[in-house]
Amino acid sequence: MKVDLRINGASRSADIEPRKTLLDALRENFLLNGTHAGCEHGVCGACTVLVDGEPVRSCLMFAVQADGYEITTIEGLASAPGELSVIQDAFCETHGLQCGYCTPGMILAADALLRHTLTPTREDIVEAISGNICRCTGYGQIIEAVQFAADRLRKANTLRPHHDAAHHGHAERDTPAEGVLEAAEADEPVVEAK
Amino acid sequence: MKPAPFEYVRPTSLAEACALLAGDEEARVIAGGQTLVPMLAMRLARPAKLIDILRLPELAGIREESGAVIVGATTRQAQAERDPVIRASVPMLAKVLPWVGHPPTRNRGTIGGSIANADPSAEIPLVAVTLGAEIMIATTNGPKSMPSDDFFIEPMVTALGQGECVSAIRFPVWPHRRIGVGFLEVSARRSDFAFVAAAAQVALDGEGRCIDAALGLGGVGDRPLRLDMSSLVGTELDAASVSDAINAALADIEAASDLHASAAYRRRVAVTLCKRAVEQARVNASAKSAGAAR
Amino acid sequence: MTAGPAALRFVSANRRVREDRRFVAGRGQYVADVALEGMLHVAVLSSPHPAARIVSIDASAALAMPGVHYVLTGDELAAATDPLMNGLDTPLVRRHPLAVGQTRYAGEWVAAVVADTRALAEDAVENVDVTYEPLPFVISAEEALRPDSPPVHPAHGSNVLLDRTFVWGEVEKHFAESPRHLSFRVTWGRNSTVPIETFGVAASWDPWRDMLDVWASIQMPKYPDQIARALRIPANNVRVHQDVDVGGSYGVKRGIKQTVLVAHLARRLGRPVRLIEDRLENMGGGDAHGPDRIFDVEVAFNDDGIVKSMKIRALDNAGAYAGRAPFQLGKPIGAIVGPYRIESVQYRAQSVTSNKAVQEAVRGFGQAPTNYAIETAIDKVAAAVGLERIEVRRRNFIRKEQFPYLIPSGSTYDSGDYHTVVDKVFAHIDFAALEKERDRLRASGLLAGIGIAACLEPSGGNSSFEPLLNEKNTTSTWMDSCRINIDGLGFVTVTIHNTSSGQGHETLVATVIGEVLQIEPDLIRVVRPDSLACLPSNSPVGSRMAIMLGGAAFHAAQKLKTKLTRIGAHQFGLGEDKMVYAAGGVTDPSSGRQLGWAEITNIAHRNHHLLPEGMEPGLESTHVMQVPTGGKLPKDGRVQMYPCHSFEFHVVLMAIDPELGKPEIRRYVIGHDCGTVINPHIVKGMTLGGIAHGLGAALLEEFVYNGEGQLITQSFMDYLLPSSHEVPEVEIVHHCTPSPYTVFGQKGSGESGYLGAPAAISAAINDCVAALGISFNKLPIRISAIGDAIAEAQQAKPQKKSKEQAK
Repeated sequence: MKVDLRINGASRSADIEPRKTLLDALRENFLLNGTHAGCEHGVCGACTVLVDGEPVRSCLMFAVQADGYEITTIEGLASAPGELSVIQDAFCETHGLQCGYCTPGMILAADALLRHTLTPTREDIVEAISGNICRCTGYGQIIEAVQFAADRLRKANTLRPHHDAAHHGHAERDTPAEGVLEAAEADEPVVEAK
Repeated sequence: MKPAPFEYVRPTSLAEACALLAGDEEARVIAGGQTLVPMLAMRLARPAKLIDILRLPELAGIREESGAVIVGATTRQAQAERDPVIRASVPMLAKVLPWVGHPPTRNRGTIGGSIANADPSAEIPLVAVTLGAEIMIATTNGPKSMPSDDFFIEPMVTALGQGECVSAIRFPVWPHRRIGVGFLEVSARRSDFAFVAAAAQVALDGEGRCIDAALGLGGVGDRPLRLDMSSLVGTELDAASVSDAINAALADIEAASDLHASAAYRRRVAVTLCKRAVEQARVNASAKSAGAAR
Repeated sequence: MTAGPAALRFVSANRRVREDRRFVAGRGQYVADVALEGMLHVAVLSSPHPAARIVSIDASAALAMPGVHYVLTGDELAAATDPLMNGLDTPLVRRHPLAVGQTRYAGEWVAAVVADTRALAEDAVENVDVTYEPLPFVISAEEALRPDSPPVHPAHGSNVLLDRTFVWGEVEKHFAESPRHLSFRVTWGRNSTVPIETFGVAASWDPWRDMLDVWASIQMPKYPDQIARALRIPANNVRVHQDVDVGGSYGVKRGIKQTVLVAHLARRLGRPVRLIEDRLENMGGGDAHGPDRIFDVEVAFNDDGIVKSMKIRALDNAGAYAGRAPFQLGKPIGAIVGPYRIESVQYRAQSVTSNKAVQEAVRGFGQAPTNYAIETAIDKVAAAVGLERIEVRRRNFIRKEQFPYLIPSGSTYDSGDYHTVVDKVFAHIDFAALEKERDRLRASGLLAGIGIAACLEPSGGNSSFEPLLNEKNTTSTWMDSCRINIDGLGFVTVTIHNTSSGQGHETLVATVIGEVLQIEPDLIRVVRPDSLACLPSNSPVGSRMAIMLGGAAFHAAQKLKTKLTRIGAHQFGLGEDKMVYAAGGVTDPSSGRQLGWAEITNIAHRNHHLLPEGMEPGLESTHVMQVPTGGKLPKDGRVQMYPCHSFEFHVVLMAIDPELGKPEIRRYVIGHDCGTVINPHIVKGMTLGGIAHGLGAALLEEFVYNGEGQLITQSFMDYLLPSSHEVPEVEIVHHCTPSPYTVFGQKGSGESGYLGAPAAISAAINDCVAALGISFNKLPIRISAIGDAIAEAQQAKPQKKSKEQAK
């Protein structure tokens, strides 16, 4: 069947048999390998993509069902080749991954969360990624990545009053606390006064 | 794990969908696909034709009628979770939804899909049975409906005949002012299908006496069960009355043993969760003032 | 040999892990991303029977289906290839990728269908008609031990693969002398580390070059060798592409049967062939299960809680073929006494075949189950003598001043300070406050308890368990390597010779080399050549790469540093000892003359007339390193196992609702000592990930076979992996006792957390229920089992009403 999809802001078409999942179509027909197969029965979340901005398991959708939505894969997050989005960079900053296999799905889940709220509690983050299984990290540094990204996104569009000595401290606050091996303190989300 | 081949059809009307279903016994409906697609992937289900009803306008939407909220079958679970009408008028459904699957499955999974799937430990069928919801069904001979008690027959088996499709669920809305709900489930991991789940809704009068009580139990038998709580009307939902009512209702309950939980565990924990659900509902109802708008 | 921590600039600094960048962009290259022109796809037919004779295979209907190219059977494959290697001396236990003559477990692969797409191959699998004649089968290890049990391999005669008793020290004398004894059994249920990416392999045969190219999601020492052996081709006809990213392995991706299968097909069909296991193939027949073990333990101790001697019988259910299972009984010998001064040990290692799937090397290689048994012993000793569990541990710990410490089985522990780690953890937690919290939880009507576990993480790797369990195996080499090249423009490129699955090896070597050469690590490129261009490596197994790859990188860098210094010295006409090397250049301190990196590299590449006599042009160095303390064969049943010993100490506060039986971790603290940490992010990740794996093993994960020999946990619906909801926040308390055997004092941490978490979590649950007279002695501990045991105990003691019932 001819299928017309919107993927990462572009219109893409292909002739795809009905039983082919969106996951397989993304990888095989559209050569977007960043979305991964982990279980093919909707449990592990490695196949997560965004459909109209919300996380969905692409192994549980057929490509023929996927028309009329804006689909975002991990490849659609970076603003340009070689660049990383704030969330992607945050995962690098806290080492919120190891083998990288669950990572695209995890990042997209985080991306969706942070579009809903820039002040997620730890519990909000845990719930948002609860559909993505990671076997490498034990989730700790993933949660830190999302918290770090939230913090940076909160600051991203704020005009700094003036560039004075007090604000040099901002650079330090952007990096996680010294000694990542020490017991981490949970950051309270900062609510910017507008 | 690729499905066996099938034909895919997307009808543009509910009537067309029913006609397609009626005309082919190898045809199945697909909506959100969150429970169907894994079965296709494992080749446990091999329909020759999938009829996609997800975008049918007749199946969408949430509307209020007098005394009821009608939830279109293709309402996504995530949408229902956020919906102000459901939150206000069907609080048990609102309370239960965060426990259904995971955020990504709620983004695609539908209310009707969960009902039609009829997993005995699923939360949405439990709510339907507990509240005495009606399942509205589209057929080639026009619409019909039946009480959810009659709709769920066995694990994964419903009263739907060939050519029929769940079109909406009609959740009764209680007219009382002081309503509270309670919901608890036990599962190996958060959001797994429950070993045992209990859902309760109570209404209190201004003095804290029970006007109405509904209690349902999931995960224990072949289908969700509504338990008879009529003896609680007029009481203050004190521990002793609640305990008596629940013990009486669960006296002969049968439970299955499986890898995850023994029958003895299910029977015992059913009692515990039922009591706690009623208590949770009572506390929530008590927190509402008698004059509060619903 | 070890650099002091104050002098380090890059090692131990919070540097980003460079590999992360490609992964967050979705630009990893996993085996399923490798596209080969004309590639065909494989799906596998498995046997539904636990044991059956294959009467006939009729593939005619399958072959007639669209897009189907071939159906491979076990007979054809066995004729064309050699059986897969056995580690033990059990030549009549033959293993082939596809069953030959009979199938030996439900899920065993019987035939492979090759088609244009995976979907078409699966369609055709359903049309391969196999006639089976079911045979008697055995599932339980204890039954398999019995001589009358149906032998999984009739030619081998029995189901016993290994039955070897080691006696280290005067065990009987110590038992006779000791005033107290106790004995118990614990069982480690069969589980595995189950990566999210299944095993996959693609192969392509070029008959004009006589070259087999292989891409795989692999973590396997000697992988090219084993492929060559099985296919009966020269080893230099096999080219394994090591720049494939592996989506998690934690030991299990050995994939040799899958590879031989696919390689044979590629050769036979003259086209590239690929098998990516689907989850059902992986769980049921991928042969990546883990230890499945019963421990019967006896300890001899005194009234002060000092444990003098221990007897352990470890009975492991290998499954239908030997795999790596027997050696997973052998490696723990290297830390058989845990962190304790136990003077003598008797260890009986028994491995039996049964009609279950096959085990592979799981993270820790048997150490986690063994630690579970040892820690249970210590807790029971504490209960018996009426002392606090931590006090008994303190009394039995090897003392800091006793290192290096020789344990009865022949391994020397390099360094450690267990008392200090415990003290630090207790200070961090404020243990008295934790106990008050436990009491508060109890007072509120919950069951509550604290579990502790003190466990060794042997690291560095070594093959000495192989000759220990198989005298015909004389392997004493266990090496790794690194090669550095500084090119004509002064840029540094490093080659490493293994695949990685998230351990950050590129970051590791760049950090080490940057440290030695005093240049910015981020400018160092690290690449992985294919196996033909590789130096010897033994893969990242046994928690070894910080030690071995770090060590090889260090030594290779030192050689370059020496050469750079010599070239510089030669320009000034001075001896090398007169020069100071700093930041890539050399200085003559007496005159202040300097020569920078760019100048020296230019001389090396372009000015031969300026080089010292006899010096090779260019700037390249290689180091192949043998494992420290290794290189010896066992003697009298004793051998040095691994060189370095990290230590972990877990404290878990647990609460259980007595009516629901669901265990909830309220606080989790781990003290961790892995010597000098090369990259803190990496070590933290390993530790937290290891704890998550351990939690799964303790509470959720099990490959369950029913009485009919069927695997009933075949998919992620029933094999439950911990999600972010299940894994608690973990606090890490750090300590460092450097190893005297490594270049920076680093020890391994690839198995951190996993080796002690199951023991700690089990201990916590048992502390919750101890007052009811219950204890759990089998992992995983399921909610239902907890609930039922509590209910039974409460029925037996009706006067112990909980607050819940009074409500």
